[in-house]
This record gives sequence, C-alpha cells and structure tokens, in this order.
Amino acid sequence: MNQKFQKKRTSGEDKGIPVASMPDIIFMLLIFFMVTTVLRETEVQVRTQLPQAEALTKIEQRRFLSNVWIGPIRLPGNELGETRVQIDDALMEEEEFNTIRNIMYRKLQEEPKLIVSLRVDVTAEMGLVTDVQEELREANTLRINYSSRQQSQ
Amino acid sequence: MAGLLDKKRNREEIQVPLAGMADIAFLLLIFFLVVTTIDMDTGIGMTLPPKLDEDQEPPPVRERNVMNLLLNAQGQLLMNDELANVSQVREEVVRHVTNFGEDPNLSERPGVAVVSIKTVRDTRYDRYIDVLDEVWMAYFAIWDNAARSGEHTGGRTYRDYDHYRNQLGEDEENQIREVFPAQISVAEPDQG
Repeated sequence: MNQKFQKKRTSGEDKGIPVASMPDIIFMLLIFFMVTTVLRETEVQVRTQLPQAEALTKIEQRRFLSNVWIGPIRLPGNELGETRVQIDDALMEEEEFNTIRNIMYRKLQEEPKLIVSLRVDVTAEMGLVTDVQEELREANTLRINYSSRQQSQ
Repeated sequence: MAGLLDKKRNREEIQVPLAGMADIAFLLLIFFLVVTTIDMDTGIGMTLPPKLDEDQEPPPVRERNVMNLLLNAQGQLLMNDELANVSQVREEVVRHVTNFGEDPNLSERPGVAVVSIKTVRDTRYDRYIDVLDEVWMAYFAIWDNAARSGEHTGGRTYRDYDHYRNQLGEDEENQIREVFPAQISVAEPDQG
C-alpha cells in the first residue's frame, strides 16, 4: 500500500485528482441539506391513511401549510381507538372544537396565504370533517387541501 | 507574509489537523440526508365558501343549473335523484357543464353551472373523496378540451390545459377558467 502511494508521488504529482476542495464541496452539500431540511416538529397521534385520488395538485410552498389530522387515535399495541382531531400537538375534544377557529385565525394572521391541509383517514366520517370545515369558515381560512396520494394503477 | 508561512513550515506539528474535516462534514451530510424529507404535499385543493352573515341569504341558483350528488352512509350515490355509480359521475358532470342551454334539465351555461356534493354525517371520507375526485377530473377534462380547441383562448390551440396555463403571463387572465369556473358546492350534511 505504502509503495503505491510512494510511486504515485514520485512519478507524477500532477496526475492525481485534487482533493483540497473536497471539504468545500461537502460543506456546500451539507449547507444545502441543512437549509432544506424540515425536521418533523409534531408527533402525529392519530392514524391517517390518506385516500387515493387522480385530480391532484402539488403544493410547493410548504411554509404556507398548516396540518389538521383526523383519524382513529393510535393506542398501544397497534390498536386503533375512536376518531379524533389533532391540530399541531394537541388532540381536540369534541366540546372544545370552537377553539379551532381561534387557532386558525391566529395562524392566518401570521401567514395570510395559509392553506390548511386536511390529512384525513379514509375511515373517518364526514360529520367530523364538516365540523372542522365549519370552524375553518368561521376563522376565514378558506383555502384547504384534501391531502391524498397518487392513485396506484 | 512569507515569513509567516516559513514559520508554519518549520513547525508543522502544531497545525490543526485538517484531514478529519472532510469526514466530519461527511458525517453531518449523511445525517441531514437521512432526516430530510422532500415530500411534496399533494392533494385536492378546495376553497370553502366564506361564512355568510346571519341575515344574508345564500345567492339564488336556478335549479336546472345545479347538479346534485348525494352520498349516503352506505356509500351509495344518488345523482340527480337517480342511483348511480361513481364512474358515471365524470361523464355526467361534463354533460352538465358543457350543455350551453341545450337540454332544459342541464345547465344554461358553464358560468352558472354548479355541482353540489352532499353527504350525511356517517358517510365515509374516502367515498366523498372518490366523488370529489371524479368531479375535479371532469373539470380537468373540460379545460383540456377547451385548451385544445382554442375556442376560448383567442384561436390559439394548446397541447392541454397545463400547457395553456404555463404560458400565461403573471397578470394575464385565465380565459378557460373564466368560461368554465369549477363551482363545486360542498353542502353541510344532514343530521343523522
């Protein structure tokens, strides 16, 4: 091994790939990934198996997005409980649903182009979804997005 | 300056070792590579109707302009009062919207055509999305057709609607959507 290196150095030093700028390249990549990384900030406590659809649109500006999860709550031992609504880190109780409008209104003040992404489990019932939508209307956050996956052919 | 460099060369052993730098950077890089999620959110976009004041009446709509889609708790679909399959929705929406006053039971013109989806509280969400998806696909088909025919785009024809939309200027009006606005009404479900 040693001999090999020796040979290279002595025979033609300019033939090797210059590695001096390697750390710079790596750092550049590193900074790119650091900037683009969005660390998962909330732990989703409900299962949201998204429906499949064809008429999909992409949302590129993730910073406008605010998620609302609706689905059966995950229980220990891979079991599923009753369907609940989660916003940010908190599970909403049925009787405190009217606080959703305040939460959403505040978010809308911070980000006027807010899009609420409804990540709803396929088994959820429309009653709950509509209740949340009514709250969104109260808060005047009218742009919503029914999060869905691409239909597998 | 030259003196400084000379000095360094003379006492090489007290330099900070830089050989490990690339490794550290690599390690960090790999960490961020692993935790990065560049998953774009995809979904069906909708705009909810703004909340009306108590004394405000919803705008009047003539009955012939409304296409009714009703979903019950069992997931059965009632399309204009007839039991129907989800796969029939797309065609019917296209017929309804692009009627231009021909059939007296369908819309007068695309600008006033409304597709109304109504569910009950027990309807499963995926059934609702299936129907909504079909309605949107119908509108996409209508827009694609309009872009290809060039009827509403000043005679110029396009490959499809996306092609037309992409070449639109920043403040240019989207003529196709002006003629065929997607008016999908999501009615509040009945109790029960």
